[in-house]
Amino acid sequence: MDLTSLTIDAARAAIQQRKTTAFALAEAHYARIQQQDGQIGAFLTLSKDRALEQADRIDRMAAEGKPLPPLGGVPVGIKDVMSTRGLRTTAGSKILENYVPPYDCTAVARMEAAGAVVLGKMNCDEFAMGSSNENSAYRPVRNPRDLSRVPGGSSGGSAAALAADMAVVTLGSDTGGSIRQPASFCGVVGLMPTYGRVSRYGLIAFASSLDHIGPLAKSVKDAAIVLRTIAGRDPMDSTSAEVPAPDYVVELDKPVRGMKLGVAKEYFGEGLDAEVRQAVESAIDKLRTLGCEIVPVSLPHTPYAIPTYYVIATAEASANLARFDGVRYSHRARGVKTLSEMYRRSRDEGFGAEVKRRIMLGTYALSAGYYDAYYLKAQKVRTLLTRDFDEAFRKVDAIVTPTSPTAAFRLGEKSNDPLAMYLADIYTVTADLAGIPGISIPCGETKEKLPIGLQILGKHFDEGTILRLAHSYEETSKSHSAAGS
Amino acid sequence: MKVTDKDVAYVADLANLELSEQERAAMLRDLNSILDYVDRLNELDTSDVAPMAQVSDRYGVDVSKQGSERFAYASREDVVEGLRKSLPHAEALANAPDADEDFFRVPKVIER
Repeated sequence: MDLTSLTIDAARAAIQQRKTTAFALAEAHYARIQQQDGQIGAFLTLSKDRALEQADRIDRMAAEGKPLPPLGGVPVGIKDVMSTRGLRTTAGSKILENYVPPYDCTAVARMEAAGAVVLGKMNCDEFAMGSSNENSAYRPVRNPRDLSRVPGGSSGGSAAALAADMAVVTLGSDTGGSIRQPASFCGVVGLMPTYGRVSRYGLIAFASSLDHIGPLAKSVKDAAIVLRTIAGRDPMDSTSAEVPAPDYVVELDKPVRGMKLGVAKEYFGEGLDAEVRQAVESAIDKLRTLGCEIVPVSLPHTPYAIPTYYVIATAEASANLARFDGVRYSHRARGVKTLSEMYRRSRDEGFGAEVKRRIMLGTYALSAGYYDAYYLKAQKVRTLLTRDFDEAFRKVDAIVTPTSPTAAFRLGEKSNDPLAMYLADIYTVTADLAGIPGISIPCGETKEKLPIGLQILGKHFDEGTILRLAHSYEETSKSHSAAGS
Repeated sequence: MKVTDKDVAYVADLANLELSEQERAAMLRDLNSILDYVDRLNELDTSDVAPMAQVSDRYGVDVSKQGSERFAYASREDVVEGLRKSLPHAEALANAPDADEDFFRVPKVIER
């Protein structure tokens, strides 16, 4: 049995039936990390003590013949923007280099309560700000499919770890595409749930009205199992919704025949790579052969999504990141004489270039005289973008698009041009602004063997439908590739 | 150019960022390039559009109520030990760059 390529159910069953142990599974993943991660850089911190203690607990349950919880013994990775009690949490930033949170993020606590074994914390762009993982203050992550290319971002470590079999599933966060775009670049599944579906308590805030926690996985079913684990109201996050979550795993096997899928021309225009277009169009054809009806829809405000996003996200970030002042936690500059000098120098030394750029942009957009022209204007366009989806979802059950206009680009290719980097999120940011769920699943490769992602967007709180469509597509493409090989 | 040197210095001041001369030059270039792009929002007439601050307005809200009553689902008793116990001092101070047993220590606030 290859211990590093198991699904959640296979791993749990193998431990339950005593064919292996949670301990052996964790050790096999650490061995794999030891062997692979030097060149990839997906992990920032390993939590071996915590992992083996949990593995031991699971193994004792298995030995006693007790039924294991849904993630019993499953090795997972947590993006380093989620707080973990007693385990260093950096948000990919030097300013939190030595920060050890005194409490757990709700999503992490729910994963561990369900038996998950936390292997460590995943590398990411600093404060989740980036689309390539080159903004990590520690090291860039490399794409396991081609080491000269980026894994996407900001949850690049979470995606790359799966592509290199260094974890079974991971948690990421998505503010403008940060789960779906790296999933697409690394050839794995990435699910951004509806805003409010998963508690944000313990997530280091980037843009509070846009931040989402969600799973990355090697299969749609594994993503569904993780969502089932972390979804639901949490009194510690007043924006977590009081909307019951169905059993997403049961949803997977419901039929897709007769579903209406929207295709919007705005997602197939200028800038879309020809190979990506071709792969996504043939994926849409495949969904049609599964009995889905393809319906043209219009999302006319799409071209305004990126500017809207960069005003709102940076405005919120500038407020959220004001807390890093060198007083209660975070880096403090040495040799400062006054409080004000301490704030400035500590932040100057602690934050990287992109974070400073976004704080500056957000502060500018909120400053007296510019608030109406930028922030208020962007909030109004956010309403229009959300109405586009409301309108479209009157006619269709889900919308299918490419996840990203291109496959993974090279390290350094966009790092000197912030605007070009921002455009990598052109097909993903709108869902964050509207608060609707979206999933990215692999739908083929370029000639250079780089993965391509298909994005399926759904109605608010209708993760069940997009998971079901993604699962059906995955099943068909699995049987095709099996027949072809 | 929308943003001037002076604006960059002013905004850096508001944001408590001390930027080097090099950083200020790069910021001037980048902010102008990004804001030029953001300007395309002005192509849209939004005079009759309400601003959207958050997604949460769309669910869980009791539309028959007024003001904060609308968000009753998210409210709780205002008590000292509400959802979570306060951290013990030692734990709360553990990440501080400088602290004594009970307080965070910072450089002098009043200059005189």
